[in-house]
Amino acid sequence: MSGRVLVGVKRVIDYAVKIRVKPDHSGVVTEGVKHSMNPFCEIAVEEAVKMKEKKLIKEVVAVSCGPQQVQETIRTALAMGADRGIHVEVSAKEYESLGPLQVSKILAALAKKEEAQLIILGKQAIDGDCNQTGQMTAALLDWPQGTFASEVTLEAGHVKVVREIDGGLETIKINTPAVLTADLRLNTPRYATLPNIMKAKKKKIANVKPADLGVELASKLQVLRVDEPPQREAGVKVESVDDLVGKLKEAGRI
Amino acid sequence: MAASRVLSNAARLGSCIGSRHRFIRNLHIRGISSCVDPSHGLTDEQKEFQKVAFDFAANEMAPHMAEWDQKEIFPVDTMRRAAQLGFGGIYVQPDVGGSGLSRLDTSVIFEALSTGCVSTTAYISIHNMCAWMIDTFGNAEQRERFCPDLCLMEKFASYCLTEPGSGSDAASLATSAVLKGDHYVLNGSKAFISGGGDTDVYVVMCRTGGKGPKGISCVVVEKGTPGLSFGKKERKMGWNSQPTRAVIFEDCAVPVANLLGLEGQGFNIAMRGLNGGRINIASCSLGAAHASVQLARDHLLVRKQFGETLSNNQFLQFKLAEMATQLVASRLLVREAAAALQDDDAAALCAMAKLFATDQCFDICNQALQMHGGYGYLKDYAVQQFVRDIRVHQILEGTNEVMRMIVSRNLLSEI
Repeated sequence: MSGRVLVGVKRVIDYAVKIRVKPDHSGVVTEGVKHSMNPFCEIAVEEAVKMKEKKLIKEVVAVSCGPQQVQETIRTALAMGADRGIHVEVSAKEYESLGPLQVSKILAALAKKEEAQLIILGKQAIDGDCNQTGQMTAALLDWPQGTFASEVTLEAGHVKVVREIDGGLETIKINTPAVLTADLRLNTPRYATLPNIMKAKKKKIANVKPADLGVELASKLQVLRVDEPPQREAGVKVESVDDLVGKLKEAGRI
Repeated sequence: MAASRVLSNAARLGSCIGSRHRFIRNLHIRGISSCVDPSHGLTDEQKEFQKVAFDFAANEMAPHMAEWDQKEIFPVDTMRRAAQLGFGGIYVQPDVGGSGLSRLDTSVIFEALSTGCVSTTAYISIHNMCAWMIDTFGNAEQRERFCPDLCLMEKFASYCLTEPGSGSDAASLATSAVLKGDHYVLNGSKAFISGGGDTDVYVVMCRTGGKGPKGISCVVVEKGTPGLSFGKKERKMGWNSQPTRAVIFEDCAVPVANLLGLEGQGFNIAMRGLNGGRINIASCSLGAAHASVQLARDHLLVRKQFGETLSNNQFLQFKLAEMATQLVASRLLVREAAAALQDDDAAALCAMAKLFATDQCFDICNQALQMHGGYGYLKDYAVQQFVRDIRVHQILEGTNEVMRMIVSRNLLSEI
């Protein structure tokens, strides 16, 4: 096995920023808004770096798809301990319609090219909340997937993954190469240290175009409209349990 | 206050995460309005440094700043964690454990850290100043002996110049250091020493020679040296996460091997240290002002009176604009001075930056408090702590009056 892990990192609007919808309802405002690495991607990077520190794998490669700015996110991954980066160049226009299917095709192509042993992604991005890229990538590669991972143990030829599922925790054993997606409790991402940030400057980021990987970016999805969630409305006070049951029936809840 | 904003952020995060384990409590300021964005003009690398500092401030400091202030806790563990990231000796050379960054990088970092807790960041900056002094003026043995521990904050440092009888007139200091064999015997006392009593390494300016600056030397005194004792912990308006005490020397014998540089060089060492210290303190003021502008803005968008949000009130709009302009102007001067200090003595520019930024930023924080109305006066709201904490920046590391002396001398001296 190559001992190489591919980690996908996405540049998203920072989680603490209040999101505003554009006046034309075509999307959300991103100009001048603080962006950072998707929190679940940070957890994915941390897991890969920990595996390298335990000498279970040899190299961590951070990948991001998008326009020039995503290089910041790759640099953050390098500062956390990734060895090198790959920037898949996508123009700003194409980026607007870049979704999980296109990204999965890109990641699948890269995984084959880099002979990756593992792909680790965040379970979902906090902007799209799609929770699809990991699963689609595994399907395209016909690799097993360990999603919503809260614990990962890499052993020779396979991975034990403890998954967070609705009913509790599920432990599975899957063969490598495999795709894993990181859930919240998998680890606590480290802060980059000042020396590591400086070392990251010397690490290489390769530029690749989707066409070089044989990937078509055309999307079959079209976003019609983006709206804010409905404003929270005042509740209603009821006098008795009967009233409560009556109201719930009225609202079609029971 | 901005509780609704907090809840909407929590909901956005909560929809996919549940309880975010790094959830920021009510007041950490990460959304940044473009015109006051502190990452303008920085290199990609500096933006990375700034990001780590902001993250650390938001996660490790901001949630505790009120408690540290109220209970007067010296947050040793948190500072050590900061040191592990390289914040213990930011502009100390790497061969003795420092991060080897520039003065500008340092200013950016302290400005960001300050948004989490001014008092703690200010102490970290004083510690950095002392570590730099030993790194720069110490010999190989002293650098090896002190700097690695200081950079990791295994040991903490204090800067001892001011005395009960000599504040602005620092060169008239009276703590004597008489050479007896292979020891200097120190007698006297220092006042208002940040960290005093809780720190391990004291960088002390004392008189080995005649009157005036040329009679002053700099020695490093370690805690536990017989004859070294401390006064009571002072009760202060702010800076409560660091203890302030008098440092007392009674026939305190310090090995000659602890003399930094040469006899008579002490005043120069002290002033060189302070040039950087002034940039650092000014940077801390910048962070407080930045945080306060964000808090004020958030409040104006939420608080309603006379049927509309305060943000529709022209006076407040204009006031906020003035505060933002003061902030950016201060930041530019501080960063300019930091860049100049990298290559040059730049004492006058550092004095200008300290004078301007600390005054402007105090005004900004004070105005931000005013905008909060009665709520601004409550300890439940962070803005009052920013005001209390940065008030002293106009006084220490050289009063703003002394800063005027330095600048006017630069302008009027015949060279």
